[in-house]
Amino acid sequence: MTAVITADHLTIRFGSFTAVKDVSFSIERGEVFGFLGPNGSGKTTIIKALCGLLPPTEGGGTILGMDIRKDAAEIKRNIGYMSQKFGLYEDLTVAENIAFYAGVYGIKGAQAEQRKAEVLELTGIESYLNRRAGQLSGGWKQRLALACAIIHSPQVVFLDEPTAGIDPVARRALWDLLFRLSGQGVTFFVTTHYMDEAERCGRVGYIYLSELVAMGTVAELQQMPEASPQGTSRLQIRLPNPSSILGSLRGTAGVREATIFGSSLHALVDTDKIPALEAKFPAAQIETILPSLEDIFVTLTYKIMEKSR
Amino acid sequence: MREYFHGLMPVCRKEMLHIQRDPGTLFFALLFPMLQLFLFGFAVDTNIRQIPTVVLDESRTQESRRLLQSFASSDVFDLKLAVNSPDAMYEAIQSGRASVGIRIPTDYARTLQQGTSATVLLLVDGSDSSLAGQAVNTATGVTLRQSLLRVLPDGKMPIDVRPSVLYNPSTRSANFFVPGLIAILLQMMTILLVALSVVRERERGTLEQLQMTPVAPLGLMVGKMIPYGGLAFLELCAILAVMRVVFQVPIHGSLVLLLVMSLPFLLTVLGLGLLISSKARSQAEAFQLAMGTVLPSVFLSGYIFQIGNMPVFFRGVSQIIPATYYIRILRGIILRGAGIRELWLNAAVLTGMGCLALLLAARQFVRKSAS
Repeated sequence: MTAVITADHLTIRFGSFTAVKDVSFSIERGEVFGFLGPNGSGKTTIIKALCGLLPPTEGGGTILGMDIRKDAAEIKRNIGYMSQKFGLYEDLTVAENIAFYAGVYGIKGAQAEQRKAEVLELTGIESYLNRRAGQLSGGWKQRLALACAIIHSPQVVFLDEPTAGIDPVARRALWDLLFRLSGQGVTFFVTTHYMDEAERCGRVGYIYLSELVAMGTVAELQQMPEASPQGTSRLQIRLPNPSSILGSLRGTAGVREATIFGSSLHALVDTDKIPALEAKFPAAQIETILPSLEDIFVTLTYKIMEKSR
Repeated sequence: MREYFHGLMPVCRKEMLHIQRDPGTLFFALLFPMLQLFLFGFAVDTNIRQIPTVVLDESRTQESRRLLQSFASSDVFDLKLAVNSPDAMYEAIQSGRASVGIRIPTDYARTLQQGTSATVLLLVDGSDSSLAGQAVNTATGVTLRQSLLRVLPDGKMPIDVRPSVLYNPSTRSANFFVPGLIAILLQMMTILLVALSVVRERERGTLEQLQMTPVAPLGLMVGKMIPYGGLAFLELCAILAVMRVVFQVPIHGSLVLLLVMSLPFLLTVLGLGLLISSKARSQAEAFQLAMGTVLPSVFLSGYIFQIGNMPVFFRGVSQIIPATYYIRILRGIILRGAGIRELWLNAAVLTGMGCLALLLAARQFVRKSAS
């Protein structure tokens, strides 16, 4: 395994504001890495730093072995980037957008024709070649943006909230595409707000208040002591009308967190208080579950908020 | 060297597609300066002729009629109103029906015949200073000539001035103003087009995307300059044609030299447009900044007011305004037939300014991309 994206004690400050604080990680070839965190937590800043746009205040990093401080120009030639805004020219056609980005990446002649054919085949956008980008639906715009971002066969692709505002079918289609490419050895660094998307990723990082607070596979995160503290259990409580008992559940001794998941409740409870809980809500079916990513991140966030208070 | 301009050709090609796709913008960008050329070319005439004049002739003699006749034949005064009382004369000026009043008193002919000094009252509306100055000068000249003719027995003037106006013999205003106007119109159109094209990319997020690609700042900037510079150059040719055909302003010097020496100015205003676009966050802001460059260029470039007559501070300011140098080139070649020997310094200064603006814009672009 080779690390293609690394961050080494990466710190970025704007004046007195620390946007990224001592972040370190390493991402292997062919991984689909999910990067989560609230808006303004530093996700985009990290991407900009890794692409060489923003020199780190402290620490450093590498992309494909290239130093993000020194090799910005070389890095840009070897990565793809696609943002939520897609970066498409809406008055140009699909073909013209692809041709423009091919030109920008310096792909010419027969090689350009071959790459165009490949990305068209991959994204299935061939039938819209002469349509203006502005007339495409959100899902097709997204595929076109991906086609443009990978026209130069980059080994590393950054996707900054690529599925914001896209319908579920198009989202799934995009993820299928990403996994096809990752199977060919392309590494993806994807930021997202969607927990279900994060759960698809091989590994996940969670950034909160400029700090990387968790990183690992979903299974690893579920075992994190911070997410599942010693002596506590994650419970799923099934009741006919879960919202009616949410208040009294939260008020029960030993219940640390409780929230509604559809027709049931998820709660983090001190393990020794479970019998008392069963006695209090005799109608409830209670079973122990593994925490979801959302459960984990909420628990972590609460912990940090308590600490900073 | 090549890598500094990476992406130039694709950007240039893409920009031409944008221009083709948006014929409305193109149409207005080309038509608007043309409309203004017609508007200002016809409207601006600084030569003062046929000032509406009110006459109160209380003398009613052959002598007074002769004096009025000489006023009328100067072409500056149009004796369109005759009144019978001083009050009516004041009223005509106040109401704006006349700008000048001439009052010849009852004893005019008598005092002249006695050989003593006769008085003629000249009232001038001073609200337009250049009109007032012209009226006073001409009236003084007319009466002086009449006085001399009375004193000199044979009517021969001791000094006979033969004015000969070089380069613009009929002193037509269009000859002076239209060449200067070219600078102003080209500047407005070019700055606006190029600045809006960059700011539009910023607003739509494509600039952010480009910063993640290997496109070099200079590649992006020059790639945008070429198509819009080309448009501006076509517009220049069209304006020159209209100037020659419609306004009948002859080009005394070399047309080729004029076109070549216009390139440094285009470089400068394109660079300014890019600089503005690196500061502006929205299209509205870019529009305001672009318009902000227009007034100084109109008033401090020598387009309307002579730079030599300005206070020292503004004379200094005029030296950093690109239009100052281009207007010298335009007037030099079009009106005086000047050549490269007289004008090369102006072109050199413009080239320097253009390169500076371009480099500053590229540096701004790199900095901005970091935050």
